[in-house]
Amino acid sequence: MTVPSLFLVLAAMFIAGFFLGRARAMKSGGGDIRRLHSLPFYYGANVSLTAVIPALGALIAWLLMQPLWIEAQVSELLPPELVEKAGAESLVMTDIWRVAGGLVAAKEAGALSQSELATLSTETTDIRALLGQFGVALAADVDPAVLEAAKASIDLSRAAATWMAAVVLTLSVGGLGFALWRTDKDYRARNVVEFGVLFLLLVAASIAILTTVGIVLSMLFETRNFFSQYPWQEFFFGTTWDPSFSGRGGASKLGILPLLWGTLYISLIALLVAVPIGLFSAIYLSEYAGKRMRSLAKPAIEILAGIPTIVYGLFALITVGPLLRDYFASPMGLGESSSSVMTAGLVMGIMLIPFVSSLSDDIINAVPQTLRDGSLGLGATRSETIRQVVLPAALPGIVGAILLAASRAIGETMIVVLGAGAAAKLDLNPFEAMTTVTVKIVSQLTGDTDFSSPETLVAFALGLTLFVITLGLNILALVIVRRYREQYE
Amino acid sequence: MLDTQASESTTEMTQAKISARNVQVFYGDNHAIKDVNVDIEDKTVTAFIGPSGCGKSTFLRCLNRMNDTIDIARVEGEITLDGEDIYDPKVDPVQLRAKVGMVFQKPNPFPKSIYDNIAYGPRIHGLARSRAELDEIVENSLRRGAIWDEVKDRLHAPGTGLSGGQQQRLCIARAIATEPEVLLMDEPCSALDPIATAQVEELIDELRKNFSVVIVTHSMQQAARVSQKTAFFHLGNLVEYGETGQIFTNPRDSRTESYITGRIG
Repeated sequence: MTVPSLFLVLAAMFIAGFFLGRARAMKSGGGDIRRLHSLPFYYGANVSLTAVIPALGALIAWLLMQPLWIEAQVSELLPPELVEKAGAESLVMTDIWRVAGGLVAAKEAGALSQSELATLSTETTDIRALLGQFGVALAADVDPAVLEAAKASIDLSRAAATWMAAVVLTLSVGGLGFALWRTDKDYRARNVVEFGVLFLLLVAASIAILTTVGIVLSMLFETRNFFSQYPWQEFFFGTTWDPSFSGRGGASKLGILPLLWGTLYISLIALLVAVPIGLFSAIYLSEYAGKRMRSLAKPAIEILAGIPTIVYGLFALITVGPLLRDYFASPMGLGESSSSVMTAGLVMGIMLIPFVSSLSDDIINAVPQTLRDGSLGLGATRSETIRQVVLPAALPGIVGAILLAASRAIGETMIVVLGAGAAAKLDLNPFEAMTTVTVKIVSQLTGDTDFSSPETLVAFALGLTLFVITLGLNILALVIVRRYREQYE
Repeated sequence: MLDTQASESTTEMTQAKISARNVQVFYGDNHAIKDVNVDIEDKTVTAFIGPSGCGKSTFLRCLNRMNDTIDIARVEGEITLDGEDIYDPKVDPVQLRAKVGMVFQKPNPFPKSIYDNIAYGPRIHGLARSRAELDEIVENSLRRGAIWDEVKDRLHAPGTGLSGGQQQRLCIARAIATEPEVLLMDEPCSALDPIATAQVEELIDELRKNFSVVIVTHSMQQAARVSQKTAFFHLGNLVEYGETGQIFTNPRDSRTESYITGRIG
């Protein structure tokens, strides 16, 4: 039984369970809903959920565990010399999966029967040619051990699929039966469903958290690999970024400082643009603008947030960059490059305006009117009131908004590629081309990559560093907001 | 009481501190205040009483042009402070509010230290030439706000950390610090417990020596306790205005009598 059909069965159980449960409850109450503990809907929902949730959980767990189990089984079959020849077990396993996938495709297309598959051998058939017909292109002829392992894995997955269907169906039917058996006019279905809702919400929340943990762990492992091949002192304190891909020979210099400098420099310029403009427009919108002006201007500013960053990048590339070069950089003798820190910073700043203004606007609006009245009632002007009462009260939220914008700036890639170029440089001149950590992550991971060389693995170290920096900023924002939040409550 | 009456008879001779003539207030299409005429005397506590929504707070907010901050509010008629029309285009509402201070229903200390709360007005209006002078203004205001003893050891603690009654006295002290001539109070005790209320009432009586105080209150007992003059508002009209004693013992208008005896409102 395939996975989609299992899902269909579970959906059918869900619907059937609802009507069965409801009908049984109504019958036990003699058709009078006043005699039931809960509304009939809850009895139905209880049966539905009991029939589906454990089965679904088992299905998902099984699907996650099965490849790991099969891999463990198959790798025992592999002769050690084969692994040695390929260099790493993971490479052999990749081959096995591809061969197995090709064989299954061949069988489904009717080119192989079950018995032919069982007796298939590298001596009698050209496996490479056979699989080539089904879209699986192999680099070399198939090793007999690999073929055997592939066949074993096919058998194992077929067996596993049968077992999985059996377990899932048993759980589903069992759950349905159990819930139906318990359904009775005094059964507290409403409370049980309430618990089920809680469980669902909890699962949703933990998925988000677990994903974060997963991301961090995967980066952490690859970063550890990187540091086992490249000294960490040179990564963190090196002032040159000069990767040389293995084909060309020569040692790479992978110092993060030029990239970090580019990132911070561009982000700084972006914030210098976005914070004043965003904050002032937020103040105007929340304190001075009339209702109609506000209803027009606020969405207009928020449109900026909806523009894809690649479009900002184009703007930087064809408009802002040449403009800055022709009117500022060239006449002042500061450089001839149209990609520059200034270009990327300015355009990124424009991108960040809606983040700062929209959040700050909400925060300023949340400052109680009584504080404004108090200040105005003492004879303060509007701007004095804003400067001395409203802004200090809203400060924690505004700082949070700014740090959020800073995280965005640090993580931005597209505007930098198109606006600031890809040359890693440690320079103070804002009209020089520079680049950032994110851009280099992209360039280290595109094209031909070899996941055992430090030139590729460095991307994970860069990513983790970036993650730590933005995480630090977010935590700082949270701490500031928490610490000062209660002041005007 | 004799003393009070003596001072009143002298003030009646002099010009009224604030006088309102034919004042109308509109909130959009809603005619909130209808044709109000009233003379508020100096160094007197005047109470505005009346049922909810009768316009007493609205009228109070006309006296320092706080209604200007509400877009849809429109004020007609004439209100003079010391004979000067406060709605004259030449008058700066910001300067006016420095002269006519206001204390609000809910204590609203700024999220700053106690010291900075009091120093806020004097700093804005440049009332102190030196730090020492500012310190003196702060201390005097806190003393006149009857809260000095409670906060003198923690002037730099946040004003929002005080109890409700202390916060309200802090706000009164803050209003006094700008040396206003008139102090408007919009139900200053409605968010306070009876003990804090008693403290604030005592303070109001104290303030009468220096200021003209106008207080809006829901509590008729409070009006009777603290005020010398009482105005009764009903449905946007000023129904009756006179000596507090007379209003409460011998009201001329039947609506006033109904309200005071608890039959309406």
